[in-house]
Amino acid sequence: MQLEPLKQKCMQHLREFYAQWRAIPIDKLEQKWITISLIVIGLFVGIITVDALFHSVNPPGKIETVDSASLHLNEEFAEENLGVQVDAKGDITIRMVAGRYSFFPKHITVPAETRLTFRWVSMDVLHGVHIPMTNMSTMIVPGYVAEITTTFPKPGEYPMLCNEYCGLGHNHMWSNISVLAREDWVAPARLPVEGAANDK
Amino acid sequence: MTNDAAERKLALSHLWVAFIAFILACFMGEYQVLERSGFISAMDSPTVYFASVSTHGVLMAFVLTSFFIMGSGYYIAVTSLKQAVWNRTLAWGGFWLAVAGTVIAAVPLLTGRASVLYTFYPPIVAHAAFYIGATLLVAGSWVWCAIMLLMLRQWKMAHPGQVVPLAMFATAMNALLWLWASAGVALEILFQLIPLSLGWTDTIDPGLARTLFAWTLHPIVYFWLIPAYTAFYVFLPKQAGGYLFSDEMARLAFIVLAVFALPIGFHHLYMDPEQASGWKLLHGVGTFVVALPTLVTGFAVLASLEIAGNLRGGKGLFGWIGCLPWTNTMVLSVILSLLMLIFGGFGGIVNASYAMNAMVHNTAWVPGHFHLIFAGTTVIMYFAIAYYFWPMLVKKPLYSNALALLQLWLWFIGMSILTTPWHVLGLLGQPRRVSGVVYNNLLTLSWKPYELMMILGGLILLGSACLFIYNLAKTQLHPTQEVFAGEIEYAEPMHAVASLPEWLNDITLWNKVIAVLMAISFGYPILQFFFIHAPGASPWGF
Ligand code: HEM
Ligand SMILES: [Cu+2]
Ligand SMILES: [Cu+2]
Repeated sequence: MQLEPLKQKCMQHLREFYAQWRAIPIDKLEQKWITISLIVIGLFVGIITVDALFHSVNPPGKIETVDSASLHLNEEFAEENLGVQVDAKGDITIRMVAGRYSFFPKHITVPAETRLTFRWVSMDVLHGVHIPMTNMSTMIVPGYVAEITTTFPKPGEYPMLCNEYCGLGHNHMWSNISVLAREDWVAPARLPVEGAANDK
Repeated sequence: MTNDAAERKLALSHLWVAFIAFILACFMGEYQVLERSGFISAMDSPTVYFASVSTHGVLMAFVLTSFFIMGSGYYIAVTSLKQAVWNRTLAWGGFWLAVAGTVIAAVPLLTGRASVLYTFYPPIVAHAAFYIGATLLVAGSWVWCAIMLLMLRQWKMAHPGQVVPLAMFATAMNALLWLWASAGVALEILFQLIPLSLGWTDTIDPGLARTLFAWTLHPIVYFWLIPAYTAFYVFLPKQAGGYLFSDEMARLAFIVLAVFALPIGFHHLYMDPEQASGWKLLHGVGTFVVALPTLVTGFAVLASLEIAGNLRGGKGLFGWIGCLPWTNTMVLSVILSLLMLIFGGFGGIVNASYAMNAMVHNTAWVPGHFHLIFAGTTVIMYFAIAYYFWPMLVKKPLYSNALALLQLWLWFIGMSILTTPWHVLGLLGQPRRVSGVVYNNLLTLSWKPYELMMILGGLILLGSACLFIYNLAKTQLHPTQEVFAGEIEYAEPMHAVASLPEWLNDITLWNKVIAVLMAISFGYPILQFFFIHAPGASPWGF
C-alpha cells in the first residue's frame, strides 16, 4: 500500500521539525516566563471549559430559526402569547419581541431567585438586549430565536436596554422589568394558550 | 537602488493620507463625547451623531490603519531588504485605488446615507456607494499585500539560504494575515451587502453576515497591532541603546500571532443565537492561545529595555529604568504603549471569558477597552514610527523633539482620562453606540460625572493629535539648511542568527496551517447556513 511510505515521510518531517525546534536557543528566564504563561493560559482555558461542559454556563447558542417578517402569523409570538407564561410544570417562559424602537410587552414582572427562560425574536433589524448588572444579555438576530436562561438574584426595578445599534432611535429603545421577591410574585392570571406554552 | 526619492514619496503619500484621516476623525471623536453627554442640548441630533460615529469608525479603523500599514510597510521592505519596491507603478495603482475607495465611501458617510457604523450589521443597509468604496479600499490594500509577498519571494531567490530580516518577516506575516482576514468581510460585502443595497436580492441572512464579519473582526485587530509589535522588536532595542533579546522568539511570536488570530473570531458572537455553543467554546480557547505571543512580546520588550538600561550604566534590580533614554520618542512611546497594554490586556481577559462576557457585552466597556488598546497602545506606536521615519523620509531633522515628547505624554494622559470612566460606564450598564442618554431611570443619573470626564480626556487627546500633525508638517515644510543624513537602523539580536529552518524564514508553511485551521473553525459554521435556511431578512433604512 501507499500508506506506509507516507507515514514514514510524515514521521520524518515531524522529527526534523522537532530537532529544529530544539535547536532554537531560548534563554532560561524566557523559558520560565513562557512556562508560567502557558500554565496561566491553561488554567483559564480549563475554567471556561469546565464551566461550559459541566455547569452549562453558556451563552445563547441554540440554533432555532423563525420568520421575522411574518411574526404576526406565528402562533408562539402572536401578541396574546407574549410576556410571562407558566406552564403546567411551573416552568416560566418569557416571550419577547424586539422592534424599532421598543421591546414588547413594554413592562413585565418576574420573580427573583427563579429560573427564567427568555425567548427573544426581532421583527425587523438586529437588536441586543441587556439588563444592566445582570447576565441577561443576548443579541437578537432577525431570522433566529435567541433563547437564554437566567435567574435574577435581587428584587428591584431594572431597565431593559437595547445594546446594539438598530437605527437613529436606538437609544430610545428600552423598557422596564420588575423583579419581585419570590413570595410576592403571582403568576399572570391569563392561562397559557394551549399548544403554545409547550414548545418542546 | 533603494532610499531614492521615489520610494520615499510613496511611503510619505500613504502616511499623509493616514494621518489626515486620523486628525479629522479626532475632531469627530471629541464632538461625539460632547454630543452624547447631553450637556449642550443645541447639539442633540442622532442623525449627525451616527453619521459622525460611522465616519469616525471608518476613518480610524480602516483608513488610518490601512494607509499607515501600507506606507510604513513599503519603507520597511525597501530598507530591510535593500531592494526597490517591486513594480512601483502597481504600488501607486494600489494607493489610488484605496484613495478612490475612501472618497467614494466618504460621500454617503458624510451626507448621512451610510450611518450603519463601521461594522455595518445588516439588515440595515447603507447607500451602495459606501460598500463599493469600502471594497476598493480593501482591494488597494491587497495590492500592497501582493507586493510585500512578491518582494519577499524575490529577495529569497536572490539570497538563497540567508536569513530574511526580522522586520520583513513580520511585515510579510502581516500581509498574509490580512489577505486571510479580509476575505471574510469581502465575501460579506460582495455576496450580501452590495446585492442587497442595489436591490439585486430581496433578503439576506443576517446570521451569515455576522459570521463572515466575525471572521475578519478579530484578525483585523492584529493587522493593526503588528506594526507596533514590529517596532518593539526591530526599532526599540537600538533606539534604547541595546540589543534585541532573541530574533527567533520574535519570529515565533509573529507566527503564533498571525496563525491564531484567524480562527477565533466567534468571541465576537458569544451572545449570538446563530452559532452553537461548541463552536464558540472552540474559538474561546483559541482566543486564550493568542494571548501567548503578547506575553512573550511583553517579556522581550522589557528584556531589551533592561539590557539597554544596564549598558547605559544602570545598577541594581531597577536602576536600568532610570538610565533609559526617556527623551527618545521611540523609547518613551514603547513604555507608554506597554503601560496601556497591561491595563488593556486585563480588560481583554474579561471580554474573552466566555460567560463573563455577558456582563460587558456591547456596553460602554467595549469602546473603552478598544480605545485603550487600539487608539492607545497601537496608535502611540504609529506616532513613534512616524517620528522615527519622518526625518529620513523628508531628509530634514524633526522640527521639535521636545514637542514630540509632550505630545506622547499628552496622548497617554488623555487616553487614561478618556477610557477609565468609559470602562466604569460599561460596568454601570451603559450600552455602547448611544447618541444620548434618555433612559428614564435612576441608574442613568449616575452616568453623568463619567461623561464629563470623558469630554476632558477627549480634549487632551485632540490637543495631542494637533501637536502631532503640526510637528510632522513643520518638519517637512519649514525651511532649514540642515540635511538629515541618518539612516534607518534595525536592532541587532544579542546572539547573531546564522541560519534558520525554513519555517522560521518563510510564510509558506504557515499559509497552509492557516488554511487547515480556518477550514476547521469556520467550515461547518458557514456551511450550516445553507442547510438551515433561516428565513431571510429584508433590508431596512436607518
Ligand atoms: C480624540 C480622541 C477620541 C475620542 C474622544 C473618541 C471618541 C469616540 C466615541 C465617543 C465613539 C462612539 C463610541 C460608542 O458610542 O460606542 C467612538 C467610536 C470609535 N472610535 Fe474613537 N475617539 C477618539 C479617538 C479614536 C482613535 C485614535 C481611534 C483609533 C485609531 C478610534 C477608534 C474608534 C472606532 C473604531 C470607533 C467605532 C466604534 C463603534 O462603531 O462602535 N477613536 N470614538
Ligand atoms: Cu434596538
Ligand atoms: Cu476579537
